Formats: sequence, C-alpha cells, structure tokens
Amino acid sequence: METLIELSDVRFAYGQRRIFDNLNLSVPRGKVGVIVGPSGCGKSTLLNFIGGRIMPDAGKVEVDGIDVTKLNRQQLYKLRKSMGMMFQNSALLTDLNVFDNVAFPVREHTELDERLIRHLVLLKLQMVGLRGARDLRPAELSGGMARRVALARAIALDPMLVMYDEPFTGLDPISKGVIVKLIHEIGDALEMTSLVVTHDVSEGLSIADRVFLLGDGKVIAQGTPQEMQETDVPEVRQFIDGAPDGPVGYHYPAPDYLADLSDQENL
Amino acid sequence: MKRSVIELWVGLFVVAGLVALGVLAFKVGNLSGTDIRDTYAVTAHFDNIGGLSAKAPVTLAGVRIGRVSGIKIDSDNYRAVVELSIDRKYDNLPLDTSASILTQGLLGAQYVGVEPGADEEYLKNGSQIEITQSAIVLEQMLGQFLFGQAQGDK
Amino acid sequence: MNALQSLGGWTLDSVQRWGRAAVFLGQILLNIPSVIVRFRLAVVQVFSVGVLTLIIILVSGLFVGMVLGLQGYNTLVDFGAESSLGLVVALSLTRELGPVLTALLFAGRAGSALTAEIGLMKATEQLAAMEMMAVDPVSRVIAPRFVAGFLSMPLLAALFTAIGIWGGHLVGVGVLGVDSGQYWTAMQNGVDVYDDVLNGVIKSVVFGFVVTWIAVFEGHDATPTSEGVSRATTRTVVNASLAVLGLDFVLTSLMFD
Repeated sequence: METLIELSDVRFAYGQRRIFDNLNLSVPRGKVGVIVGPSGCGKSTLLNFIGGRIMPDAGKVEVDGIDVTKLNRQQLYKLRKSMGMMFQNSALLTDLNVFDNVAFPVREHTELDERLIRHLVLLKLQMVGLRGARDLRPAELSGGMARRVALARAIALDPMLVMYDEPFTGLDPISKGVIVKLIHEIGDALEMTSLVVTHDVSEGLSIADRVFLLGDGKVIAQGTPQEMQETDVPEVRQFIDGAPDGPVGYHYPAPDYLADLSDQENL
Repeated sequence: MKRSVIELWVGLFVVAGLVALGVLAFKVGNLSGTDIRDTYAVTAHFDNIGGLSAKAPVTLAGVRIGRVSGIKIDSDNYRAVVELSIDRKYDNLPLDTSASILTQGLLGAQYVGVEPGADEEYLKNGSQIEITQSAIVLEQMLGQFLFGQAQGDK
Repeated sequence: MNALQSLGGWTLDSVQRWGRAAVFLGQILLNIPSVIVRFRLAVVQVFSVGVLTLIIILVSGLFVGMVLGLQGYNTLVDFGAESSLGLVVALSLTRELGPVLTALLFAGRAGSALTAEIGLMKATEQLAAMEMMAVDPVSRVIAPRFVAGFLSMPLLAALFTAIGIWGGHLVGVGVLGVDSGQYWTAMQNGVDVYDDVLNGVIKSVVFGFVVTWIAVFEGHDATPTSEGVSRATTRTVVNASLAVLGLDFVLTSLMFD
C-alpha cells in the first residue's frame, strides 16, 4: 500500500524535556490514521512536524514523498496548500462570519470569481450540515458547530491530507458522533487521508484504519483497532481500559510515603 | 458593520485628518502668506538691537517683506550685524534705504522696519544698509527722562 | 548572588526581546508591498485603529486646548501680553502636546487593542491556522495593522492639534475676551510651517511607527494564554508610553536646539 506520511527516526526535545526519541510512524494514503496517547506526550507536536511548523531535531518527515524538514519557506507554503488542519479550538477567524471563514483559503489562494467561490463554500458547508449557518459569527456557534466549520474550511481546497487535533475534546456525545461521521465521509467520499490525534480512545478506535499508541517518546504499539483491543501489552491495556494505575504510575515520582511523613527535618 | 460603512468612515477620517494638516500648515503656520523662501540677504549694522531675535519680521510700510535670518557681532567695532532675508519680489529697494528696530506696541516683540530712500541703484544680495537706527531701550529712555527731570528741578 | 543572577537573566531576556522585535520589524517591512497590493486589508484596520480612536482624541484635544487657553491667558495677562495667547497655544500644541499626548492616547486606546487582538488570535490558534492554510500571518494580519497604525497616527495628531487650537480660541476669545484677530495673527507670525508644524508632524510619524511596532510585536510575542495576553497588553501601554516620552526628548533636542 502506498504511504503518504512517513516519519523516520524523529528526535525532538523541548528545552531540557525530551519529547520524541527515534519515533517511526507511517500512514498509508487514503486511510485514517489515529494517534492516541496520554496528554502532554507530544501528539500535537507531531502534527506540527507534518505541517512544517516545528522542525524536529533529527530524522525525516516525509509527506507524499517530500521531506518537509528540507523545504524552504515557499516550498513549505506550497505543500501546506494540499493539507488541511482542524484545530482543537477550531481557530476560526473571529472577525469573519462562517461563510467567509470557509472561503478564506479559497480567496487567498485562487483567483476564482465570487460566484464560483459561493458554490464551493456552500458545497462544503452542506457537507458538514451548516449551510444554514453561513451568516453566523464564530462567537455565535457552539463548540461542535465551530469544529464542523473548521472542518469545512480545512477541506475547502480539497487537500490530500486532513489533520485533526483533538477533534472530540469537550464535545457532547451527539457532536462527537457528527465528527466521527464526517471523518468517515471525508475519507470515503473525498478519498482524503486523515490523521487524527486524540486521547478519546473509543472514538479514536471507531474511526481508525490504523492506530498508533504513543508513549515515552515513541510508538509503543500500533495496529488495526481490533488488534489494539485484543492486545495484552500492559501499556496498551492500561490506556485502552483507562486504568488509573499500571505501567503509567498513579503517583508523581515521590519519596516513600511513610518516610516522607516522618521526615522531621522539614517540619 | 458593513464593509461600505467602514470604508465611508475611513474616508471621512482621512479627509478630516488631511484637512487638519492643511489647517495647521496654512492657517496656523501661514504657509501661503508671508513665509518667504526665495530671498536675497542684506546686512545692517546696529549699535544696539535690543530684544531683536532671529526670525523676527522685516516690514516695509507695515507689510512683511522678509525676516531676520541671522544676528552676530562685528568684532572690529563691536556693533551688531543683522542679516535680513528679503523676498525677491521686493528687489527694488534703493541703496540708501534705512533700517530701524521697532517694537510692536509698547511691550511687544521687536522687528525691523525699513524705509526706502531715493537712490537710483537698488539693494542686492550682500549689500549693506548704511543708515540704521538702533532699538529704543526702554530702561535707558526712562533713565534719561528721570535724569532730565532731576536736573530740571534744580 | 541571587540579585546578580536575576540581573543577568533580565539582561539576557531583554536582549533577546530586542532581537526578536527587530527581526519581527524586518518581516513586517518586507511585507509592506503586499499590503499596498491589497490595501483593502489596511483600510479595514484604519477603521479600528484610527476611526475608533477619534472620539477620545477629539475630546482630549479640545480640553487640552481649552486648558492651555485658560492657563496661558492667566500667565500672559500679568505681562500684558495676552495678545500672544494664540502663539502660546499653537506652539505648545504643534511642537509638543499634539504629537505626544496623541501618541500616549493612541498607545492606550489603539495600541492595547492591537496587542489584545493579535495576542488572542495567537492564543486561539488563529495565527497557527493561517500558517497551516499557507497564509503568512505577518503579511495577512500584522502588516496591514502596522500600516494602518503608522498612517493613522499623524492624522490623529493633526486633528488633536487643530481642535486644541480651536479649544484655546474658544476659551481665550470666547470667554476671556482676547481679540480673535490677534489670536490668529500672533499665531501666524510666530508659528513656522517647517520648524514647528512639520517637526510636529515628523514627531507624530515617528511615534506612530514606534507605538504600532511595539503593539503588534507584544501581541505576536505574547504567551498564548489569557494571562499572557493581558500582560502583553499592559506591556504595550507601558513600553509604548515610555518610548514616546524618551523619543520625544531625543527628537526635541535634535529639532529645536
């Protein structure tokens, strides 16, 4: 199967803090890749590597056969036109209404006349079910609606890759369901590759063709959702079952409890 | 707000700002009127210039025709040398024109008044005005007056 | 030892900030041509930076002019020189108060708003989203605001000065009985277009440049949290005001020595 995204031997440290150590990951074209992992493990940083907004300290980040880390600014901007990204807090432009937000990338990058832009924007809005909300301001939208608008904007230029940063966080079950449905449709109908970063395991597994579990700076397990469900690797089990204690400790590293309590010096 | 409304406001703002700049230049700074750029310079020597300062007006029959462009001391005879920049429009001032330092009102700012003579030749760039009358220094006048009074009483 | 360390840390911090601010200014200036091509973007910003600042500028200018008229009259009348009131009011406003007070008000009203707006766009990932859409935020968001601030400031200062002179006239002529003709004549004889008016305009252009630069930089450099944005906004007002006052001293000593 042809690979669209390929990260190999990626290393990255944020100041003193090591985030990734020899991370390897590949997502086939046209499939839905889901990256799960605990909060703060650098999942969003991974999307920023692919978008070229952050450069890793070492390693290759290939998108459609192009190494993102080697691109200059202009080439990078050209590549980004074929990517869409849905941000966690939607990141809609607050001074534009829904219609203009979706039209924004089209107007910035094409010379289409307004009639064509209108068709295109209404098509995308129809797809996410918000054609009727075109005149609303971002402030008037609920969290779920804002994310659907952000999704419509992300696919406005029909990119080959759509990235979702925590698409389910903070949504009610119905809105979550809508997003799940949309990610499916975008993959099936538009044949775009999706890369989803989430810590919502059940939704993540329900949409994935391939799941990557991140931990300790690398991919600790990967496979189809079914393989992940059935695995007995303890790290994976703890994450999938949501167990409070396990390989990832419940306690922040601390000296022995009893010794700490009876420590007279710090009284 | 609609785009056209915004653009209208911006247009009004820019026009108002430019008008304000125009007012400052023409009405406050008097750009069009007596500010003189194309000038020729003549000098005049005075015993005492009183409170005359650079940029003070030079007038002929009360009409402003130039300004004081420089004041220095002639170190040979310790007199004040005042350089007057006069508008080229008034290039027909006779050579024996006289200059005096006058005061606007009793206590106002001092300026140079010129009085045309009758010579056939005209002042030109670098000429010197020979006939001058120094500033009237009020304190000196007052002193003389009181001195005279005291003497008269005797 | 601790004090020394924190001094060192502070110094390093400030040097880095200056470096970032300078690089940022370079990026902005490189993007000015794209603003000229799409001038509509700047026009919208002139509205929020210039037009919305208009009211406070006009009201302040009027009152400053009226106070100058009152104070000037009270001082001048002791010397019998109240006919010079127009000159005093006009010189104070064109040379100093017009540009400086406008710049301070501009920093407080427009500068803080710019910082808050850009900082919030950063905090809500709008700038990141633009980058991901292959739209350069500096060219699309920052540069138009910079141009708008830079263009608005001299116009605002001119309006402040003009209405201030009118305010001085209102009090001096209307209330205190100075002759209207004398008010204008004294002004016109004493105010030089180049030495006073033009220098005042140059000051306002410099202030506009610096205040807007500080405002957009602080917004773009803000920590992307609500606390970070509020601190950046405060920094804009403080730093811009200090910069205006410091630069005013430098410019004044260069212009009117």
